[in-house]
Amino acid sequence: MRINLIVNGTESTLEVEPRTTLLDCLREYLGLKGAHAGCEHGVCGACTVLFDGVAVRSCLMFAPQAEGTPITTIEGITPGPGELSPLQDAFCEAHGLQCGYCTPAMILVAHALLAGNPDPTRDDIVDAISGNLCRCTGYAQIVEAIALAADRIRGSNRPSELRS
Amino acid sequence: MSAEQYRFVSADRRVREDRRFVVGKGRFVADIDLPNTKHVALVTCPYAAARIISIDKRAALAMPGVHYVLDGCELAAATLPLMTGLDTPNVPRRPLAVDAARYSGEWVAAVVADTRALAEDAIEKIDIRYEPLPFVLDAEQAIKPGAVLVHAAHGSNVLLDRTFVWGQVENDFAASPRHLSLQVKWARSSTVPIETFGVLASWDPWRDMLDVYASIQMPKYPDQIAMALRLPASAVRVHYDVDVGGSYGVKRGIKHSVLVAYLARRLGFPVRLVEDRLENMRGGDAHGPERLFDIDVAFDDSGLIRSMKMRALENIGAYAGRSPFQLGKPIGAIVGPYKIKSVQYRAIATVTNKTPQDAVRGFGQAPTNLAIERMMDDVANALGLDPLEVRRRNMIQHEEFPYTIPSGTTYDSGDYHRVVDKVVAPTVYNEMKAERDRLRAEGQLAGIGIAACLEPSGGNASFEPLLNSKNATTTWMDSCRIDVDLTAAITATMHTSSAGQGHETLVATVIAEVIGRDPDGIRVVRANSLNSLPSNSPVGSRMAIMLGGAAFHAARKLKAKLTAIGAHDLGIPPERAIYEQGKVYDRAAPDRRRTWEELVAIAHRNFHRLPEGFEPGLAVAHVYQVPTGGTLPTADGRVQMYPCFSFEFHLLLLSIDPDLGTPRILRYRLGHDCGTVINPKIVRGMTMGGIAHGIGAALYEEFAYNEDGQLITQTFMDYLLPSSLEVPAVEIIHHETPSPHTVLGQKGSGESGYLGAPAAIANAVNDAIRPLGISINTLPLNVAKLGDLIAETHARMGN
Repeated sequence: MRINLIVNGTESTLEVEPRTTLLDCLREYLGLKGAHAGCEHGVCGACTVLFDGVAVRSCLMFAPQAEGTPITTIEGITPGPGELSPLQDAFCEAHGLQCGYCTPAMILVAHALLAGNPDPTRDDIVDAISGNLCRCTGYAQIVEAIALAADRIRGSNRPSELRS
Repeated sequence: MSAEQYRFVSADRRVREDRRFVVGKGRFVADIDLPNTKHVALVTCPYAAARIISIDKRAALAMPGVHYVLDGCELAAATLPLMTGLDTPNVPRRPLAVDAARYSGEWVAAVVADTRALAEDAIEKIDIRYEPLPFVLDAEQAIKPGAVLVHAAHGSNVLLDRTFVWGQVENDFAASPRHLSLQVKWARSSTVPIETFGVLASWDPWRDMLDVYASIQMPKYPDQIAMALRLPASAVRVHYDVDVGGSYGVKRGIKHSVLVAYLARRLGFPVRLVEDRLENMRGGDAHGPERLFDIDVAFDDSGLIRSMKMRALENIGAYAGRSPFQLGKPIGAIVGPYKIKSVQYRAIATVTNKTPQDAVRGFGQAPTNLAIERMMDDVANALGLDPLEVRRRNMIQHEEFPYTIPSGTTYDSGDYHRVVDKVVAPTVYNEMKAERDRLRAEGQLAGIGIAACLEPSGGNASFEPLLNSKNATTTWMDSCRIDVDLTAAITATMHTSSAGQGHETLVATVIAEVIGRDPDGIRVVRANSLNSLPSNSPVGSRMAIMLGGAAFHAARKLKAKLTAIGAHDLGIPPERAIYEQGKVYDRAAPDRRRTWEELVAIAHRNFHRLPEGFEPGLAVAHVYQVPTGGTLPTADGRVQMYPCFSFEFHLLLLSIDPDLGTPRILRYRLGHDCGTVINPKIVRGMTMGGIAHGIGAALYEEFAYNEDGQLITQTFMDYLLPSSLEVPAVEIIHHETPSPHTVLGQKGSGESGYLGAPAAIANAVNDAIRPLGISINTLPLNVAKLGDLIAETHARMGN
């Protein structure tokens, strides 16, 4: 069937089987490899994308269900070639990852968190990422990365005379 | 050497690999597109044991887009059995079952189709007739005479049964006033990476070349594929520049790779197999140890342990690769950090009708540490002594290093008492005990858990010759190559893939330290198996030691070469030349110097200015032998197992909901000593990740089977990995006792949290339920088990 997807601000018309998951569609049809298959039953969260700004599992959704709704992937929040967003940079600074497989999803979840809550507590962060499994880090440096990013983003939004 | 001497080593520098991952530009095996790639899905046996009567492929092959259905007979005729660790020729292991399947989920046939979805559709059209056979699941049952045989030709289910006696065990037992016994069970679990195993292979019949891309962590991987396919390894090109999405030991994938490589050759197009989660958990042959310990311990009234008898029975599942060796590695730290004079160790590995095992983080050390640390608590309780005090009394003292344990391994260095003091002192332990007692007074179940453990690191595979007399392996080398090009830029090459351990950062840091150049200016690339130097992949907590050692020595060669070129060009004797941050100058006249760029240009362009006998260009390489390695075991089974021994001391407070049985970790402190830390961010991450993994093994994770031999925890909804809600904040207390055997004093750090956390948690749970007069020694200590146990106890006590 023919579907229209709006991914990272770009509209594409695709011919897919109705049963194609959004994850497979993003990876195989649009070449966006930043969303990863982990369990394909909605538990691990490695396939997370933003669906109209909300973090969802792209393995649990059929591509046709995404018709017309803006989808954001990790590629969509990367500022440009060789550049990192404040969140991505904070993940590097805190080493909030190891193998990198769950990382794009973690960053998207954090992105959605900070969009609605610029000053999250540790519990807020722990809660926000609790639906995304990471087997490498034990989560500590992920939590620190998100807190660091929140702090930096808040700092950069303050008038310069108030910045420390 | 101390950290102050270093510019880059031990500095809190970023991990260079992170940049590509945070933007989703890792290159995982599922991301690699080769034109015209077809996809594999697997048909699995639904029985714990069955004879395969017939396989009807016709309906599947008639489906559009389905290219092939491969069965075990065809594959077996074309390939050799996979390599096994023990000398057990009558227990052959093959990618697809031949005639009989021996566990539920075993691969019976492989479908190749245009898409993975189509291949899965086709599975449903394949009609396989089976005759179910008797089976055995329990290890104790499997080793009994008359047990159902998993491999009839072997004549028994026992693949390994070896008893070692190191020291005067019987005398020490007779001379000890006190003895006790305990049984401990480590449940079957694994590392279960978020990325499943995947492999993509293509065959070029005009070049006679098999190209392999895999999410692999396997020593001698190209050789093993080649041998099974009856190819020279020079026809197998494994690309190591594939990012591995977590492994922690298990991504061994030989059966997957031989299967896919055969299909690619047979069919003439690239073939990919990426396991789905079910294939990964059930038929991926990646389960971890399932080990039953029976321990007798002899000690005195002060809690000093004199001797230990340990029987370890391992349920390895239906086939064996390297998994039985996981009973061998713990021999190198069989007494933990304690001065136990003599040990009897009986190691038994039995096959059963369960999923085969492969290497899991620590290679068998975590279960053994659990057994030792449960034993320490039992000794303390038998004497009414504090478990911390009993450990202190038994621990090796700092001045006793190097210290040789009864099984022949010499521990390199350690300062155990100081690490313990840092964790508990001055008042922390007492505060935690006060908090435990306060919780108890409120009606909670609360306990303190202690575990000390060693992380053997730098693996030299001595367990291979120890457990298989036909195997005389005495090296487990790794390598690094450095090239400096005409633009004076540095490129280092490593020779294995990585799974998040930051090896590119390691190599750049070590080289930069030696040659005094900016690490960020050092490119690190990965060879393929045909242009690589020898490596044994990131196993055995070895890369900081072995790849770090290789990089260090290669960099020293580069530095020596540049120094000699500089001296020659300055016309001074080599001993007068000083190398400093890439420049060479005359000690007697420091203004006389050659810059980095000048030295490189001489090497590349001016043969007439090179010292006599020098090769032109700037290329150096080093193949590094394992420190302390190189000797075979003695006849009585003593051997230097690993060169380096990191130390960890875990201390935690845990509560258990008295009605529901829910365990909750309230405070967790870890003392960690892995010698010189090369990158603090990496070491901390590994340590935390290991603890999280250990929490999983202790409290949540189990590959459980029902009485029909079916794996009943085969999704992430029933095999439970810890989330951010289950992993507490951990206070890591750092200590550094450098190893005398390594180039920078570094030791291994990839396993530590996992090696000690399960023991510490099990001890905390037992401390919590001790007031009820009960104990539990079977992992996982999950909510269901704890809740039932507590409820039964209350019912028995009539309240």
